[in-house]
Amino acid sequence: MSGHSTYVPRTAIGKWFEARLPIVRLLHDTAVSYPTPRNLNALWTFGGILAMMLVVQIVTGIVLAMHYAAESHVAFRSVESIMRDVNWGWLIRYLHANGASMFFIAVYIHIFRGLYYGSYKAPREILWILGVIIYLLMMAAAFMGYVLPWGQMSFWGATVITNFFTALPIVGQPIQTLLIGGFSVDNATLNRFFSLHYLLPFLIAGVVVLHVWALHVVGQNNPLGIDVKSEKDTVPFTPFATSKDVMWIVLFMIFYGWFVFYQPNFLGHPDNYIEANPLATPAHIVPEWYFLPFYAILRAIDFNIGPIDSKLGGVLAMFGAIAVLAFLPWLDTSKVRSGRFRPIFKVAFWVFGVNALFLGYLGSVKTDDIIGGMQAVSWAKLSTLYYFAYFLVILPVLGYIEKPKPLPVSINDAILAKSAASSAH
Amino acid sequence: MTAKMIRWAAAALAAGIALTTTVASAEEKAQEFPLLKPTRQEWSFAGIFGRYDQAQLQRGYQVYKDVCSSCHSMKLVKFRNLADEGGPGFSEDAVKVLAATYAIEDGPNDVGEMFERPRLPSDPFPSPFANDNAARAANGGALPPDMSLLAKARAVHRGFPWFVFDMFWPYQEQGPDYIASLLTGYQDPPEGVEVPEGTYYNPHFINGISLRMPPPLDDDLVEYSDGTPQTKEQYAQDVSAFLMWAAEPHLDARKELGLKVMLYLIIFAGILYFVKRQVWRGVPH
Repeated sequence: MSGHSTYVPRTAIGKWFEARLPIVRLLHDTAVSYPTPRNLNALWTFGGILAMMLVVQIVTGIVLAMHYAAESHVAFRSVESIMRDVNWGWLIRYLHANGASMFFIAVYIHIFRGLYYGSYKAPREILWILGVIIYLLMMAAAFMGYVLPWGQMSFWGATVITNFFTALPIVGQPIQTLLIGGFSVDNATLNRFFSLHYLLPFLIAGVVVLHVWALHVVGQNNPLGIDVKSEKDTVPFTPFATSKDVMWIVLFMIFYGWFVFYQPNFLGHPDNYIEANPLATPAHIVPEWYFLPFYAILRAIDFNIGPIDSKLGGVLAMFGAIAVLAFLPWLDTSKVRSGRFRPIFKVAFWVFGVNALFLGYLGSVKTDDIIGGMQAVSWAKLSTLYYFAYFLVILPVLGYIEKPKPLPVSINDAILAKSAASSAH
Repeated sequence: MTAKMIRWAAAALAAGIALTTTVASAEEKAQEFPLLKPTRQEWSFAGIFGRYDQAQLQRGYQVYKDVCSSCHSMKLVKFRNLADEGGPGFSEDAVKVLAATYAIEDGPNDVGEMFERPRLPSDPFPSPFANDNAARAANGGALPPDMSLLAKARAVHRGFPWFVFDMFWPYQEQGPDYIASLLTGYQDPPEGVEVPEGTYYNPHFINGISLRMPPPLDDDLVEYSDGTPQTKEQYAQDVSAFLMWAAEPHLDARKELGLKVMLYLIIFAGILYFVKRQVWRGVPH
């Protein structure tokens, strides 16, 4: 989509199309001749893996929707009839339910790849922000999808999460009422969530097109984080990137299959096999695993800050934790993209990664659980503090005080130096 | 400068921890349930190659039918399922005969009247009570849960780091482990522990120290025709296996297909590895 196109139509039908709708040229430029840095590692295959997961979710989702009934009295049973009576229904549902988790595993790896190699920095700001939007849409889609089986966690999760909106002053209550279609989570909620759950994946697909478009304008970042300088730095997307992407997609499918066939309920909550009951609150309401870090941040704010009470504070912190990502391109003041050349950043980054996992763990336990002599909620405060400090203090400051290692002149130079070093041994 | 900064950060962190720890220790922690973790058992259907044991499912059905079904419904399971592949393996005729021993209300007929008829294989298992309120009234206010999904709806948290290991060494039998432990876990309350009137102390119960269900199993309660020992433990294990099947009737098919799919994918990935290597040969990267 950018630069000079190398596509030359050869067949008569190819020329006929070229004069009317140059779609073959578009595909050729996007997936065949597109120059890709030759030093990309396996982490760069997660874009392709995510594209595959989106397709899997849409295809399995459409089939599930043929058998599912979005009505609060029959929704739970209809899911069970998919599991029991629909041909291959158990497979399709387990693919879809575990697919959501796989989608998030892949997106988290994709995001952390971007964080480490500075993929958000100029000129990739819009590319990055489109990614944050996709992530937000994914979260909304996943949350609403989890409500559809109408189990206990579906119902109470929906109740808790829609309740967040009431924390907002004045507009909060009306927003919540509009969102759930009444004064409590009920059939109206289920219906609109089903409708939106069917809509959102197509919005995601639309933003993905923009994401890929932006990617093809600015080109891929790479593990060295330096710009592509000449043709010697790149290889054509096909067959080079394609062969690598396909291999890693299949490896990812093995991981995915492991859960679908041998651990299909590992990532779910047992309470969701109990039909929703508005009169019985589960002892311990937890969201799906991929929301746990944000859940921990929400619960970490259990104190009032001036006019902001703890509830609003928690909600603001939780949404802020995602919103801050959108500002990342301007918060990181370092000119060097790749973490490889940034000794202090590297430490801060890995601490951030471990901290994010730890927040996830904290989101899964009760706030008054004792971990290493300290309440989980106290740990959550420290972890939340580091989460925000990483973006708001460490990254802005590091750009000024850190002395990066010298950058290679070009990707090609670095590769030649590496292969010379390995052949000398 | 860097080292100094890190030292400062560490000191601040330590101070923070010290501060919050004093707050934490002052508070008392609530009791965790269950008091005892479920005992892990051997299951024929555990692991990658695990399959249901047909004879065990048949015995389990017998225990369910003779004991559990007097209070617990199993609305999602139909008689025909007993003849399904990967299930207890009843013959179609046996299912027909069995189903017909129960009546169901049907209708309205041509003249608009409801009538009773014998159940067909396509009908669900009968429920012991007309509705939840009737079930509560007959059980001292407690609702005996429907058993269709019970084996997937009960799992005791394993906690860190076990859940990480469970990811790669699959442990999906928490439900049957829990049920079997509960069924055999009734005992006299320890000295000084008071249980609420009409409940029975059971340290394996997931939701408190005691439950309303009286100990349901006892030795020689159900007669087995295949010579299997008629002990409480055996009954508990058999019925737990049966409940797992009721909750996950396609487990055998899932694991069988899984083996083929995984094998296919692994070989495919191997081929793709060589394709990739061939493509990149002579291209330094």
